[in-house]
Amino acid sequence: MRSQQHILNNLRNPIAIAASIQSRKRWEQFFIALGWFSLLVALLTLVFLVSDLFLRGLPMLNWKFFTSPPSSDPEEAGILTAWVGSLLVIFVTALVAIPLGIAAGIYLEEYAPKNWLLDFIEVNITNLAGVPSIIYGLLALGFFVYILNWGESILTAGFTLALLILPVVIVTTRESLRAIPQGIREAAYAVGSSRWQVIADHVLPYSMGGILTGIIVGISRAIGETAPLITIGALTFITFLPDPPIQNEFPYISFKWIWSPFTVLPIQMFNWVSRPQEAFQVNAAAAGIVLLVLTLAVNGTAIYLRYRFRKSIKW
Amino acid sequence: MVEQPLPYSTKLPVALPSRTVRIWRERIIASILFLAAISSVVTTLVIIYILFAETVIFFEKVMEMHQESLFEALVEFFTGTDWSPLIEPVGIGILPLLSGTFTTCFVACCVAIPLGTIAAVYLSEFAPAKVRELLKPILEILAGIPTVVYGYFALLVVTPFLQKIILGVQQFFNPGKEPWEYYELPGFNMLGAGIVVGLMVLPYITSLTEDALQAVPLQLREGSYAMGATRLQTAIRVLMPAAASGIVAAYILGLARAIGETMIVAVAAGLQPKFTFNPLEGASTTTAFIVSVSLGDLPHGSLEYQSIFAAGIMLFFATLILNVAGYFFSRRYREVY
Repeated sequence: MRSQQHILNNLRNPIAIAASIQSRKRWEQFFIALGWFSLLVALLTLVFLVSDLFLRGLPMLNWKFFTSPPSSDPEEAGILTAWVGSLLVIFVTALVAIPLGIAAGIYLEEYAPKNWLLDFIEVNITNLAGVPSIIYGLLALGFFVYILNWGESILTAGFTLALLILPVVIVTTRESLRAIPQGIREAAYAVGSSRWQVIADHVLPYSMGGILTGIIVGISRAIGETAPLITIGALTFITFLPDPPIQNEFPYISFKWIWSPFTVLPIQMFNWVSRPQEAFQVNAAAAGIVLLVLTLAVNGTAIYLRYRFRKSIKW
Repeated sequence: MVEQPLPYSTKLPVALPSRTVRIWRERIIASILFLAAISSVVTTLVIIYILFAETVIFFEKVMEMHQESLFEALVEFFTGTDWSPLIEPVGIGILPLLSGTFTTCFVACCVAIPLGTIAAVYLSEFAPAKVRELLKPILEILAGIPTVVYGYFALLVVTPFLQKIILGVQQFFNPGKEPWEYYELPGFNMLGAGIVVGLMVLPYITSLTEDALQAVPLQLREGSYAMGATRLQTAIRVLMPAAASGIVAAYILGLARAIGETMIVAVAAGLQPKFTFNPLEGASTTTAFIVSVSLGDLPHGSLEYQSIFAAGIMLFFATLILNVAGYFFSRRYREVY
């Protein structure tokens, strides 16, 4: 009680009040400075990271770097096999993850009865989103590579990354479906549409913006993912390209490439970073620039799309 | 004009499929969608099956090799301080991997939790709207950088910087010696790797904490301001307790990411398993071990092949517990209001 009396006495003293206000203001100023410091740490990380990459790697970035395979001579080494591999793996990933993710999202949001099964699937997806990517690598190694016998191929890699980004696609699909007002569905039902017609003709087209954003975010994550592909045994040094998908003879389209061994950009960069020779660090930086520009461009597209769709639709 | 009633047998311009066809089509579509939704559960089951099956073979082999019972093998696994499944004599104590994981995560949390919380409180309660709109995409950019690029950053930028700082501090307190007489931070160390993991986790913690603070109803702020509290007092004494479960969820999810982070530690923390809690040393984490073994030629069915699953199962359950805890914490804060 004495301390309360003390406070009350102070409250009667205008000088004490002014001093108290002063000290609280100082604390607040101090905290604002602290807040700026914290944000500055994040900003400076970005600045240092990008500037170091560019200062070191930019001289290496020329046409030759993109068109030569890796080599034991750092001057000669390039990222041809890496970017072709990345492209093909991401293609398979998209082919698997997009239909599967959208379908799962539609079921969970539009069909699933609200019961324990839905709860269970929900917790499960949340958990899968948090499973470390290397665990997906172990899953792929044990299941795709040895049980299904797909080997260390582009197909295995594509499926692995697809499973990895599936939670992202499902969650964003659900969120954008949820944003469609109920009235749209009711109107479509009122003219006699079936459930699937309501979804395919109305709900899905209107929510395409949000779904697209989710897909792009997932793809950008897949581009940068390294660990699960190392686990399934993606080669770190590969000098030949997979079979071209388009052939000169009948039937013109070949699917042999999905079985071929591969490397991807992040693995190529990892390989160069972990070499002791100084000269390879330049290559690593150059590959880092390519990787960074690629993922940032893809991410930027997603941010832009989200911004545009949020602005343009008014129900 | 009087409206005419429609004739009794008006033909629709398109032929509709019969009712049965419609019903069956709907059923087929619904079951295809259901199968897609179930795929996530199947993925989890396959993960658990693969991890368990290979770990069981791992222990069978160890029991045969060391001539010991399952109990003794498990005791050795959880209490042994020698992890060397690749070289004879085989050591299967998991503690060196756990100590490496713990140390890097501890360093990462020391960076990410204070900075992330302060940044979130600042962004949510103090920052002008323009600053917030500008900084949120930048934080998203940080979260989108591939982790192998962060690994490069840790090894080639942060570690040399730390080496200079540590040398400078020693020269300041104990001057007059030749440069090589001072302690030098090794090129692979858990401190640099941990700091960068913290920087990588920072955007997640900031954005989740900010979400939790934003979810606190406005009346609570107004009530606090009405009592004469400043913004800082409101934030610390009213908003943070109100959003506590959301903030704890943010920390837990950040921790789970730090534990599972692979490429940064594989590049910058070293690949040699070592039982130490000293961040100034290099050591291998669970994830880095899996990467280092996978890099070599990994014969299917060898002990090293199974050892990565035994290490993986520890990682899986650690992150599983954290993820579920995070999920329930964040659920609780949503239900409060």
